[in-house]
Amino acid sequence: MHNPYLPYPVRIDDITVETEDKSLKTFTFVFLHPEDEEKFAYRAGQFAELSIAGLGEIPIGIASSPTEKGFVKFTVFKTGKVTSYLHAMKEGDVMGVRGPMGNSYPWELLEGKNVVIIGGGFAFTTLRSSIVHMLHPDNRSKFKDIHVIYGARSPGMLLYKEELMAWADRDDIHMHITVDGTDDPDWKYHKGFVPAITEQEAPPGNADTYAIVCGPPVMIKFTQPVLDKLGYGHDQIIMSLENRMKCGIGICGHCNIGKELVCKDGPVFTLEQLNKTPKEY
Amino acid sequence: MTSYTDKIREISKRLLKEGKVDMVIGFTKGSVPMMNQPMFARNQNDVDGFAWDGNCGINLANYVTGRSEKIGIVAKGCDSRNLAVHIVENKIKRDQLYIIGVPCTGMVDRHKLTASVGGEIEAIEEDAAGKTVTISGNDFSETVDRVDVLQENCALCMHRNPVIYDELIAEEVPEQTEESVDRYEAVRKVEEMSPEEKWAYFDDLFSDCIRCYACRNACPLCYCPTCFVDESKPQWVGKSIDPSDIRIFHFLRAYHCAGRCTDCGACVRSCPMGINVRALTKKLEKDSLEYFGWEAGLTTEQRPPLDTYKPDDPEQFIK
Amino acid sequence: MKVIQIDKSELDAGLEKLESEFRLIGPVKEKDYHLFTTLTPGQKPDLEYINTRLSARSILYPQSEVMFEFSLDKNDENYAVLKEPQKDRQPTAVIGIRPCDADAYEVVRRNFDTPEYKDPYWLKNYESTTLVGLACSKPCPTCFCTSAVSGPFSEKNVDILLVDNGDHYLARLVTEKGEKLAESAGWNRPAENADETIEKMKLDAESKIKSEVATDNLASQALIDLYEAEAAIWEPEAFACINCGTCTHACPTCWCFDVQDETYGKAGFRMRNWDSCMYPLFTVHASGHNPRGTKIARIRQRFMHKLKYYVDKYEKGIQCTGCGRCVRLCPVNIDIRRICNKMNSYDPETCSCAVTS
Repeated sequence: MHNPYLPYPVRIDDITVETEDKSLKTFTFVFLHPEDEEKFAYRAGQFAELSIAGLGEIPIGIASSPTEKGFVKFTVFKTGKVTSYLHAMKEGDVMGVRGPMGNSYPWELLEGKNVVIIGGGFAFTTLRSSIVHMLHPDNRSKFKDIHVIYGARSPGMLLYKEELMAWADRDDIHMHITVDGTDDPDWKYHKGFVPAITEQEAPPGNADTYAIVCGPPVMIKFTQPVLDKLGYGHDQIIMSLENRMKCGIGICGHCNIGKELVCKDGPVFTLEQLNKTPKEY
Repeated sequence: MTSYTDKIREISKRLLKEGKVDMVIGFTKGSVPMMNQPMFARNQNDVDGFAWDGNCGINLANYVTGRSEKIGIVAKGCDSRNLAVHIVENKIKRDQLYIIGVPCTGMVDRHKLTASVGGEIEAIEEDAAGKTVTISGNDFSETVDRVDVLQENCALCMHRNPVIYDELIAEEVPEQTEESVDRYEAVRKVEEMSPEEKWAYFDDLFSDCIRCYACRNACPLCYCPTCFVDESKPQWVGKSIDPSDIRIFHFLRAYHCAGRCTDCGACVRSCPMGINVRALTKKLEKDSLEYFGWEAGLTTEQRPPLDTYKPDDPEQFIK
Repeated sequence: MKVIQIDKSELDAGLEKLESEFRLIGPVKEKDYHLFTTLTPGQKPDLEYINTRLSARSILYPQSEVMFEFSLDKNDENYAVLKEPQKDRQPTAVIGIRPCDADAYEVVRRNFDTPEYKDPYWLKNYESTTLVGLACSKPCPTCFCTSAVSGPFSEKNVDILLVDNGDHYLARLVTEKGEKLAESAGWNRPAENADETIEKMKLDAESKIKSEVATDNLASQALIDLYEAEAAIWEPEAFACINCGTCTHACPTCWCFDVQDETYGKAGFRMRNWDSCMYPLFTVHASGHNPRGTKIARIRQRFMHKLKYYVDKYEKGIQCTGCGRCVRLCPVNIDIRRICNKMNSYDPETCSCAVTS
């Protein structure tokens, strides 16, 4: 019997410090057994459990895109016991990855649609995965306009800076990068909070336009009324939740919101679904 | 006990009517025998839910912390002492409380009664004089002397009358004395054991523990926002049912209660497995008395001995 | 289904025969109460028992269980690589499990055995276990199995159902597994008119159940309405709760667990331990945010899960077999029967419950 609690062994191939405060690092893992990479077939929006023997597991959104082969990437915020240890690990170290888990963003539904990605702070990881996925030559034609509104406290706190800048130079994606504030006289992008930039830059809602919103609770709280005003239906607002999880496969009972399990039935829900669900996240 | 019940309802009604309190905390009859439930009344119509009998063994002082209202609280001797401990430890203000004191003749031991019969107890009755208890069930009915089925902490209690109160619901009951009960007999027995015997004794004592934490959560002293067993950074104790982790939990918890425990027995009463957790706290109560002449919860003026310092402390370590 | 007769005097001999083939588990009295334990050779289960104090959950799903082992010795070639421990899963027979506990396995199986994921630990244990049930002829005052998803003679999830009929048991062989066990034990004497006798005894036992819950409206109640019934249900029920795990630990149908790594020197173990939704820590995020930070939220979770979320999710009734243990053991008398009746009779128009006991 397959044991779904058993992680695939992986080797840390690369560690990149993402933010100026060093609280976020991106880990690139290579599977020790190549056949495991095939078993780990994932979609943008899914997550996995990172496993460190002796310390435990943590659920983290997958930051790489299924179109990127040979590795899998996670961007991890240093906060608890496991993440603190992980931040001290070195390239070449061996650990575990278990997954993929969860339902992903609804890619079939999004085909032929305008996609507006709204992200804040370090909740941009699965959004990166989504952007890379959509921009891949095999996929770009499947989507209409792509807008990205992404904000952080300061330029130094933006994730994936080089990629962001590269995307900003492309003409098949509308990038609206913003920071809460900066002293940098050369800063050529937006200044202001994500909800305000959304109001300025996001296309109006219509049957062909979906928004994917990921960010800290306060950003979500103030962005939702903006989307309402712009005419987005609640079934067109897609969100990804976080909750305390242990097993990641819908068995241990930690992450439920109402009858839905965030780890298995989610983490992606439409706002319409969430409106009918206890706000226990 | 009918008169106690009537009196509690009457006082509660009056307090709520006069607006002296925002809520009254007391007990209501449980849906099963021996399991009365803590309840609150916010308006006069609710007071008819209050009841009093020998099954009010949960410590109501556990229910006042973190509340901002003015609270009327029904308190037997031990509850009142834990209210005093709360006041000393700044968990509640004295003027936030209206203490309805209940002179107490002890609570019946639900574990003892349950173990004494083969089946489930369906009903329990106490006679009006408070002398006997009758339990009955599917095919049994038994009447026993009330004093024989008291919780052990109640049988050994020296403070049956509330220590602080605003009003008593009845005349004080006679207190037991050192001459009439030997309250540390069981502790001495353990003290006299050899290390091997002690190990075996404690091993057996906690062998049934399922780590549900009912003892801790029923204890008015255990109000830490995060208990040391629940800490993850650092993690002091493993989470499994490994006997060493279970022992660490119980021993450390007991030490946290040293000089503060009133031997209310809520821990043992709450334990689904009937473990005599008091075996530890009673020893610490004895030590507090012998070394510091201290009994917890008798005053609102002085902090317990283990969290105070006196310049004239005879021990050298502190200097 | 075949019914055989086993004289009480020949029960022990049969059990002895089974010892070579099965690990036998049965109810035994220890320190005044019954519990399930692995029977040592020659040890007999006490089939006169009423029920065990704690449920039979731990037979298939121990409170603490090693999921993986690993070495933390850097010189070890398998350093930090997790391995499932080699567990000797001898065929097991539980002798005398009550139907409420056996039916609980069916309730929790929906969680452990899903189309997408199978929990190998629970499932392997389940598959290697034969359940010899013991019908209840003398239900307790707090038993409400008939209105929950079980019954004193429920055969839904036993392989054999033993019915105590004076000097002998009538044994209904419910499954093939049960037939095989009976054969191994040498129990093969057909019973006469047994179906009729059993049916009569079953009706008699059912009529003795005095306690019940009403569940007929639970499915049609709006989930959010029940969730938001704070004043009518959750606030008064939560007041007394001390947030211990007595109810969840005693319950045969609670399944939640926590995963923890433990190390002893260079030896490491990934364990799972029963967890309880009553504990504040159950849902706390690494950031410190707690989506169920209040007592009301936690008590609501426990009962909404058992009586609404489960009902809606699986459409197989409530997540409760009516064993009554939580009712008997809750130190502050939080009674699932009362809460179930409140939820079932809740009227969102008036925000009140027609039934409050």
